[in-house]
Amino acid sequence: MRERRSAARRLAAMLAAAAVLAWPVVLEAGQVDPQDFAQVEKGRYLAVVADCASCHTVPESGQPYAGGRAIETPFGNLVAPNITPDQGTGIGAWSDADFDAAVRKGRRPDGSRLYPAMPFDAYTKMSRDDVLAIRAYLNTVPRARNVVEANTLPFPYNVRSVMSVWDGLYFTEGEYRPDANKSAEWNRGAYLVTGPAHCPACHTPKSFLGGDKESRYLQGSPLQGWFAPNITDGNSTGLGRWSSDDVVLYLKTGHNRIDAATGPMAEVIELSSSQMTDTDLKAIAMYLKSLTEAGDAPASLDARDPRMVAGQAIYRDQCSACHGLDGDGTPQLFPSLAKSSVVLAEDPASLIRIVLRGARSAATAAEPTAPGMPSYGEQLDDAQVAAVLTFIRNGWGSGASAVSPSVVASARSHLAARPD
Amino acid sequence: MSRRLPKKDVVIIGLGWTGAIMAQELTEEGLEVVAIERGPWRDAPTDFPPTYMQDELRYRIRHELFLSPAQNTFTFRNKVNQTALPIRSWGAFMPGNGVGGAGVHWNGEIWRFLPSDFVLKSHLTQRYGAKFLPPDMSIQDWGLTYDELEPHYDRFEYLCGASGTAGNIKGTIQAGGNPFEGPRSRPYPTPAQEQPFGYQLYAKAARELGYKPFPQPSANLSTPYQNELGMRLGACTYCGFCEWFGCANYSKASPQTTVLPVLVRKPNFSARTNCEVLKINTDSSGKRATGVTFVDSSGEEWEQPAELVILAAFSLFNVQLLLHSGIGRPYDPISQKGVIGRNYTHQTISSALGFFDNKKYNFNPFIASGSIGMCIDEFNGDNFDHGPHGFVGGGYMGHVQTGARPIETTPTPPGTPKWGAAWKKAVRDNYLSTVKPGTGVHGSFYAYRDVYLDLDPTYKDRFGRPMMRMTIDLHDNELKQNRFLTDKFGEIIQAMGAREVVKQYRTAPYDITTYQTTHVNGGVIMGTDPNTSALNRYLQCWDVPNLFVTGASAFPQNAGYNPTGTVGALAYWAAAAIRNRYLKRTGMLLDA
Repeated sequence: MRERRSAARRLAAMLAAAAVLAWPVVLEAGQVDPQDFAQVEKGRYLAVVADCASCHTVPESGQPYAGGRAIETPFGNLVAPNITPDQGTGIGAWSDADFDAAVRKGRRPDGSRLYPAMPFDAYTKMSRDDVLAIRAYLNTVPRARNVVEANTLPFPYNVRSVMSVWDGLYFTEGEYRPDANKSAEWNRGAYLVTGPAHCPACHTPKSFLGGDKESRYLQGSPLQGWFAPNITDGNSTGLGRWSSDDVVLYLKTGHNRIDAATGPMAEVIELSSSQMTDTDLKAIAMYLKSLTEAGDAPASLDARDPRMVAGQAIYRDQCSACHGLDGDGTPQLFPSLAKSSVVLAEDPASLIRIVLRGARSAATAAEPTAPGMPSYGEQLDDAQVAAVLTFIRNGWGSGASAVSPSVVASARSHLAARPD
Repeated sequence: MSRRLPKKDVVIIGLGWTGAIMAQELTEEGLEVVAIERGPWRDAPTDFPPTYMQDELRYRIRHELFLSPAQNTFTFRNKVNQTALPIRSWGAFMPGNGVGGAGVHWNGEIWRFLPSDFVLKSHLTQRYGAKFLPPDMSIQDWGLTYDELEPHYDRFEYLCGASGTAGNIKGTIQAGGNPFEGPRSRPYPTPAQEQPFGYQLYAKAARELGYKPFPQPSANLSTPYQNELGMRLGACTYCGFCEWFGCANYSKASPQTTVLPVLVRKPNFSARTNCEVLKINTDSSGKRATGVTFVDSSGEEWEQPAELVILAAFSLFNVQLLLHSGIGRPYDPISQKGVIGRNYTHQTISSALGFFDNKKYNFNPFIASGSIGMCIDEFNGDNFDHGPHGFVGGGYMGHVQTGARPIETTPTPPGTPKWGAAWKKAVRDNYLSTVKPGTGVHGSFYAYRDVYLDLDPTYKDRFGRPMMRMTIDLHDNELKQNRFLTDKFGEIIQAMGAREVVKQYRTAPYDITTYQTTHVNGGVIMGTDPNTSALNRYLQCWDVPNLFVTGASAFPQNAGYNPTGTVGALAYWAAAAIRNRYLKRTGMLLDA
């Protein structure tokens, strides 16, 4: 027997019910009333922008913010803690100062350090008022008794004090400082991207210690078997072919005339960006489109290259029914492979994964279809996958490195161990 | 002993086309709706992906998408005085299974019935006199008119994004469409599909014979489309694997591609799959449904109480469940009393193959969709004077070949050996140059006193209940109709330039092993008289007013068209009656 329901909607219903269960809070002098509607509503919106639920809610659990979801990092898994107002197992006993220190400084109430899977290095860009608004909102969600053992990292990463070294290297504390030479809209976009929306957490490449490589800010990074693509305005691998409207539509609906969100980004859109205001999405688009990047796109491979010939034949047989002989797809339904920046990404991890395992695109209120790509892992061998991907990366006047069968083989064995 | 689940506002039995439409409409009213589906959950990209869906052996020959007869089957006989035997492998029709139901494997032929079809008995009696009809024919008027149903046809077509050329918009005849159709309020949502060479040649021949050919209305889309719920469909690729198959190109309208993704996002909708409803429960008065009892895949029995019950299973299972639930009086062919099982019908189909010179003709017949084709409607319904012909009814006739899938598409001219080198050569010689129009003649099947459904006295199902028995044969009226239509159809195929035409008439007795469409109708028919219909004109059960029964089981008799368009329209019609009237004042919906 199976019961299907939308977790997000159920969550919303439970939040509505939660108001009457809110824990009593003692006001400090000069503090905004944390039960004030405007404060709770501001906090709710910021919690959406910051996508807190993505880590702190187990999907379909019916227990919003009760923690327990494993977060995969290159160093091992961490488990997101319970941030409901439960006194014993959540954060009900924390002071506002404790909460602020955790979110913006990466410090736990006992002074020990959080792992940066909690993106405090981004959240530090928020103001104390913003963070306390989130706190005010979290005070209104149902208390859940749920003990979470957060630290499941192997030695030596399980020693929290080693994080002082990381913090020293990569963490710069401090609120977002507006750039007086830029418009208010640009500054809003920059604040959202670098602060609560924490885009760099996935899209900026990381050093071997997991810190941001600032020189390659937002230029794409491997993530949990996917590749979070370049989202600067640079060349063909970034948002260069996207208009600002394309960016807004993608973040709002999960789909646009070129691409469809899958994998971790589909979840970000469903839980977070699809619920942001159009004004904020336009600001994000304006900011991202302002990030220019030097560098020429690679040249196309010769169409007579045997990999291209084989890849084109496979493409016609297996892919063209949906994506079209010209690679143009159907807007909002089948991605345009000829224009997609995911296709041309320097690292083909997402492409390989989508072909081997299939993928489901984002479902949003505006675009509920959530079209899926079937898995070709059984049908195509490593050399065939490599050939067809090499073809689509070079087939329509674009250029990108060839995909080698050995990379596909290693992705295949890596994916075999993944649960989804 | 069944365990009782928390009460819902609405329980829907079956999550196919009408179950999905009803769930969508009633959740919009804020009602808590649960759908209980006998088969598995099915989702387009994962359950019928283009990577392996084009597998004729798996789906056509081995029936993977259909209900297994081991789970549920029927007994069959031709005549009242015969002993029925169980059907062990589906032949004459293919009951769908799982979420989406027959809406997964249909061809997408999305027709409207003629205005005269809805008032059939009074129309024919008025035009030809009561004596013109065979004495054992039990046709009836539907209790609603085409004009009343038109807005609901329109909604279903716009849900699907149907592709076609309108023939009549608000009374004005349109060039290139079907001039016989009832008036539509607006054009089809998308233009007609492209027609490959063979279909165009058929249209040319038909025009030369004085007919007015038009493209078959299709739920395989010609262009991308977004429906009112926000669902996106793509353009059909003419792969030729519609009938018997699911479509993962998002180009065939199905519950999966038009409704279900919207429905599963709703907090007031839930579905239980792999759960078979055994019985609709009623209170001690028998006049009020209290919910349903179902069994899950572990064999556990559950009771799902509800305020409103929608029986939305496939037509035959609607009849079966009412018989097993003791709702409505079972039909008795001797006394002519009772309503459940009454006026069971099918479809009278036939074809004419055309063998062409393979040096001059290459039809590339594998380029097709399930509802490709050009049709004429001159001989449908009462579009022509039946006076001289001595029968009533008719059908559209078209070159509607749905593909050239290799196992079944091996037409060879008469005289070819059935096997060996000569057979292989004939298949090779004729594969590309034969016109094989599928259900080329799509005739009506009118109702008779001795064609009906009841419970079998001998055979039991896996729950120990009597199997449902079907008693069905072809009557002279349908055989005459078919001979007349098939001859007319053969003339068109001949006029295309065929070297040889082979007409395949429908013959009696009715053969349960030969496929004749899955358009099995009736048994829980709608009407205006509780003595001769099970449902009122809103598909509301006369005996149990909080039970509505959707689907082709409501057809008093079958017209010369595919039923799904009318099935979808009736679902929207009933949903509107529930939303606008029943929910405001529960009870029998009667017109002032």
